[in-house]
Amino acid sequence: MCLAIPGKILTIEEQNNVRIGRVQFGGITRETCLDFCPEAEVGDYVIVHVGFAISRVDREEAERSYALLESMGVLEAELQSDLEDL
Amino acid sequence: MKYLDEYRDGRIARALMAEIARRATRPWVLMEICGGQTHTLMRFGIDEMLPPGVEMVHGPGCPVCVTPLEIIDKAIDIASRPGVTLVSYGDMLRVPGSHQDLFQVKANGGDVRIVYSPTEALKFARANPGRQVVFFAVGFETTAPANAMAVWQAKREGLKNFSMLASHVLVPPAIRALLSSPRNRVQGFIGPGHVCTVMGYREYEELIREFRVPIVVGGFEPVDLLEAILMLVVQLEEGRAEVENQYVRSVTYEGNLPAQKVLAEVFEVCDRKWRGLGGIAESGLALRAEYADFDADRIFGTQGVTAEEPAECISAEVLQGWRKPTDCPAFATRCTPENPLGAPMVSSEGACAAYYQYRRHLATAPGGR
Repeated sequence: MCLAIPGKILTIEEQNNVRIGRVQFGGITRETCLDFCPEAEVGDYVIVHVGFAISRVDREEAERSYALLESMGVLEAELQSDLEDL
Repeated sequence: MKYLDEYRDGRIARALMAEIARRATRPWVLMEICGGQTHTLMRFGIDEMLPPGVEMVHGPGCPVCVTPLEIIDKAIDIASRPGVTLVSYGDMLRVPGSHQDLFQVKANGGDVRIVYSPTEALKFARANPGRQVVFFAVGFETTAPANAMAVWQAKREGLKNFSMLASHVLVPPAIRALLSSPRNRVQGFIGPGHVCTVMGYREYEELIREFRVPIVVGGFEPVDLLEAILMLVVQLEEGRAEVENQYVRSVTYEGNLPAQKVLAEVFEVCDRKWRGLGGIAESGLALRAEYADFDADRIFGTQGVTAEEPAECISAEVLQGWRKPTDCPAFATRCTPENPLGAPMVSSEGACAAYYQYRRHLATAPGGR
């Protein structure tokens, strides 16, 4: 759970006064809070930790880092959720 | 270079490895702090390919591994009560408490849920006002702002059925504790890249003034780690002790200011016990008094719970870099990821689990590198 995963912001909306992005990680998407990266826009790549974007990265970096995490087989556990999309 | 050949930047990695070998004229003991970095080192066999004398030991930077036994016992106690939904990150459910783990509570009818984010727990609380939703919040400075945000939102919305069992820990006090030990072997540190993405690296300058030890903030890819190791070896060979930032594409000197702001709003520094390391002064974060209504420890009256760690597990010595997982008599026999005796065997970021996953016990004799 201490990993951070790069993903691509597909959409952004306000939810309960918080800026929430729908972020794509390979084949799955997760809601991600963008309040710590107020400069992030749709189409940007962000490093996401426990559902919060903590920094913005470029596309090449994001893809390289994602491929590495995938090869280590750690993504599934990191993105696991019983309560996704209530 | 077997493992590095699978890596797309294998050529750069080999060049860095050669440069480390050229620059290292003496033995050096280096520690990576973060469990994610440990995992990469093992996955690519980097620790085994370093020149003789440059030794990597693995630090206490896996939150699952350092969460004290009594907090696990508190979570188990709270999760076993009627009307409670206990929510946490997946790894936490498998950490052995004194008598059982959270998965067993779930199997016995307790309502225990896994999430990837604290905001999911908050949503669940909004949608289920009849249940007491307790978020079991562990983690370092990377995770604390996210957990702080969930509590901050709950207070703003006046949620009455959301609380947090918080056991946050901080990296710089742990480094200070390691360096203060008479048994310390570590001469240079790879700083935790994502902790520093949030916090910056100002705090690490104080450590260097105090202990004259080089610290290089590093990323998580093989090339990041090799570059950080090289930067440390060069500093050590030249007799320098500075903070340097290898992970410039994510880490700035100041860190992430919006994240630091919400962290400081909700949490304050407190003394904290670490599994394996014992109590460390000012090494954790606790909810501020203004957020006492969201403190599960207070609400459920579990403050008095204490626990003793099992004697057989040597994780205390592993987490301080004194011994390797393969030095433990229980490693890969009585202690496996399926049946962990201690927390470093639970999470994929724990040193014992990483050694097990990459079959180090089959490649090296006990006590060997």
